[in-house]
Amino acid sequence: MQRIQRKSNTRDFHQAKWNEPIIFELHQPGEKGVELPPVNENVALSVGDGTSAIPASMQRKNKPNLPEIGQARVLRHYLRLSQETLGSDFNVEIGQGTCTMKYIPKINELLVRDPKMMELHPLQNEETVQGMLEIFYKLDLCMREISGLDYFSFQPSSGTQALFAMASIVRKYHEQNGEGDKRDEIITTIFSHPSQAATAAVKGYKIITLHPDENGFPDIEKLKAAVSERTAGFVVANPEDTGIFNSKIKEFTDVIHQAGGLCFYDQANANGLLGITRAKEAGFDMCFFNLHKTFAAPHMCGGPATGALGVTAELKEYLPAPIVEYHDGKYSLKNDLAHSIGKVRSFHGVAQTVLRSYAWIRALGPEGLKEVAKMAVLNNNYMYHKVLAIRGASAPYVKGHRLEQVRYSWEQLTQETGVTTEDVTLRMTDFGLHYWTSHHPYIVKQPFTLEPTESYSKEDLDEYIHALEQISKEAYENPEIVKTAPHNSTIHKIDEQDYLDNPDKWCITWRTYLKNTKAYDLVK
Amino acid sequence: MSQKVHPYIPNMVPEVQAEMLKVIGVESIMELYSCIPEELQLKENLKLPPALTEYELRRHIEGILNKNTSTKEYVNFLGAGCWQHFIPAVCDEINQRSEFLTAYAGEPYEDHGRFQALFEYQSLLAELVDMDVVNVPTFDWGQAAATSIRMAARITGRKKVLLAKTVAPERSKIIINYGTPTLEFEYVQFDTKSGAMDLEDLKTKLTEDVAALYFENPSYLGFIEAQGQEISNLLKANESLMVVGVDPISLGVLAPPSHYGADIVCGDLQPLGMHMNYSGGQAGFIATHNELKFVNEYPSRLFGIVPTVKEGEYGFGDVAYERTSFAQREKGKESVGTQTALWGITAGVYLALLGPDGMQEVGQTIMQNSQYAVQQLNQIANVRGSHFESPFFKEFIVDFNQTGYTVEQINKRLIEKKIFGGKDLSLEFPEFGQTALFCVTEVHTKEDIDGLVQALKTSLAK
Repeated sequence: MQRIQRKSNTRDFHQAKWNEPIIFELHQPGEKGVELPPVNENVALSVGDGTSAIPASMQRKNKPNLPEIGQARVLRHYLRLSQETLGSDFNVEIGQGTCTMKYIPKINELLVRDPKMMELHPLQNEETVQGMLEIFYKLDLCMREISGLDYFSFQPSSGTQALFAMASIVRKYHEQNGEGDKRDEIITTIFSHPSQAATAAVKGYKIITLHPDENGFPDIEKLKAAVSERTAGFVVANPEDTGIFNSKIKEFTDVIHQAGGLCFYDQANANGLLGITRAKEAGFDMCFFNLHKTFAAPHMCGGPATGALGVTAELKEYLPAPIVEYHDGKYSLKNDLAHSIGKVRSFHGVAQTVLRSYAWIRALGPEGLKEVAKMAVLNNNYMYHKVLAIRGASAPYVKGHRLEQVRYSWEQLTQETGVTTEDVTLRMTDFGLHYWTSHHPYIVKQPFTLEPTESYSKEDLDEYIHALEQISKEAYENPEIVKTAPHNSTIHKIDEQDYLDNPDKWCITWRTYLKNTKAYDLVK
Repeated sequence: MSQKVHPYIPNMVPEVQAEMLKVIGVESIMELYSCIPEELQLKENLKLPPALTEYELRRHIEGILNKNTSTKEYVNFLGAGCWQHFIPAVCDEINQRSEFLTAYAGEPYEDHGRFQALFEYQSLLAELVDMDVVNVPTFDWGQAAATSIRMAARITGRKKVLLAKTVAPERSKIIINYGTPTLEFEYVQFDTKSGAMDLEDLKTKLTEDVAALYFENPSYLGFIEAQGQEISNLLKANESLMVVGVDPISLGVLAPPSHYGADIVCGDLQPLGMHMNYSGGQAGFIATHNELKFVNEYPSRLFGIVPTVKEGEYGFGDVAYERTSFAQREKGKESVGTQTALWGITAGVYLALLGPDGMQEVGQTIMQNSQYAVQQLNQIANVRGSHFESPFFKEFIVDFNQTGYTVEQINKRLIEKKIFGGKDLSLEFPEFGQTALFCVTEVHTKEDIDGLVQALKTSLAK
């Protein structure tokens, strides 16, 4: 047998395609998916059917209209759907910039399935969960060292929820100082995640969004013009989603502090900074890290996750309760925090993520963490160099190096070929790769954001670059192939945006589809 | 080069690094950090414990975890927002799949399966709650309730929100923090004998600025609120919305809130196939009717089914994406981001496995077991199995006031007998004195319950 000789630099790929029906279409009356624990005969004799106790007004009259499907058929259906999903374990996952897709160590997955982790109830007596509390506390210690801040809460269950918790702390802090009503503005930047502005708005704040200067840096003069006695706080990522590090960050935090505001740091883009620079020295009062990004917990199709929230000692009493403490050889939960914002999530947050991230930090140690940062930056700058050489691609703003990611532009490609970044998204799937455009609004025209993290080898990076090169070539020579993509994916192009935006046509559930079928002739 | 290459970081290989640096045109990686001012750069390595190899790590973590005592080892009667239920093996098999575990925010093409699984979850849960729209899950019940309430406030253009005083106090903290300062909250009292909502108090507080009333059924305190329709009638007359929180595992036997007039239904998915995970299994859902005024107010992603250019293919996409903060930043509806998608998929698997009969059966078994527990607890001198007179689902307040012991003392004695007793309510509901919220489900055997009763008898006799 011959060895595989690749004819091109791109992968000959086709995604799994099972053409699975919707699960309701698998319904076979009488089939059964699982047997439940039976009721004990004597229990039934003692209490009867149990449901007669339900007041007539609260009895369910009709059974829920769920499908009946045998166990193997349910399993097969979902396994097929899993095969039609391109998890980061399978591909060179660098096209979801800002998401820090890195290798998810299998040992951590094995550890979180330990019954002494999975089968713990959050209200168990502290004596019986000393191990769990120890892991929370030890991760807290690690996070303190990594950030320079003083206390961490792992209750927020995503970056967005951590941002919301920080905005809540800002409000509570100013209320405590008698300035709650006066300070009603939060300042952010356009290249920070949309959730920064959105969560501050939920907390009742007016949002001031700073746009960058001509080199892509947040503009200190614009900041000075924006601050006032109404400034409650300043929230920013650094580097921002462009991969550009604001070297004047300390001046920014000083300006805010002089105006009486708090500074909170979105560390979603921290992967290039571990062991290099910290929130404390940059003057931040609070920060958060996405454990599911920088600290190698899996993304799980979009959660559950953790936004590890750190504060200075001055703000400790504002944290959502409880936090874990350690005294005299015992771990305990501290609930009485004087100015606590209350809670943002039930109980203690996502404990599995806390365990995974603690394990990841322990697998790397201090030198390893710094290597993570350095390799993320090396990989990114290698890609940056290569991508800029691709016809039609550019990276607006400052020249020179970037940190862990870059927001690129296909503006030239679009102008010259008509192929847009949305088209490229679809074509990339044909090579077994993810590619994400960017968050709105598209300040960078025809954007895409690549973040190669430390997890990928040079060969992996080259594969991704070759795919981009190939698509650029196609755009100039045969744009139709890009515009009609995907060709090797599970499905073909979705052509009817109307079905997503027209209330008379959209179907958010199968029952709505069935109700609309006459008007909505999907399957002929 | 003496430094070892870490298995998670392939490009630590010196030759590869040298080649890459050459392409970039720098001598060292640290040159790439020239954008970070000297005074912000750390001069020393972080003070963290040294790296462990995989085997050492396993020993280390397992050593710590071994200090825990799990509900597999002791019999557990704790609930109060996180509950022990039977979890079909297929649920674990699916949510441990590498593809689902490591996927994130791909497009409807390379992640077709993720979109379909979540669309199916929405559709399956929609049948359970008997409503037409369900969101991609949010963080937990507290967030689902907090968002449902804010949705109601936007729909009605009103600011005042009534909360049943029986709502879980920890959940109220989430709701109130999330609504402040935009909304004002007021509690509606309950009948101390039955737990039922005090309708006279509701009428007094139901002023024209009330956006919504939020209550839970079955309640946090376990009882079933029978006045759903009466409450709904009062709200409708006031043009206020009814938001109801529900334990989804009860809905095979209890009427879904849409049957007694709920406008928005929310709750926690954890009972539907998630391990407790020290609270990592929580996930919130929101359901409404398929009306524009509701759909437009969801902050969450809503996946819809759509055609592709090829006949006979299902595709999926984001319905009404322009409402979200992804599209509109602070002008979007609240915010959206990473939440609990994998638990949504798992809840879908659970519902597909149980089917209509399974959901009915599990609800019935839970009620039989919990009623048996109360019946047996009532046999213990000075113990009242259920503080309330009204029927309950899987949780009930055990009244220890006449025993002369505090719940704290009793629970300590139960731990000695390898039992986790119910949640001490003496702080949250001091008016009940020494009471505890116990939870009994389909996983409890007759022996488990009899063992509890026996342990209490001996503990209280001391």
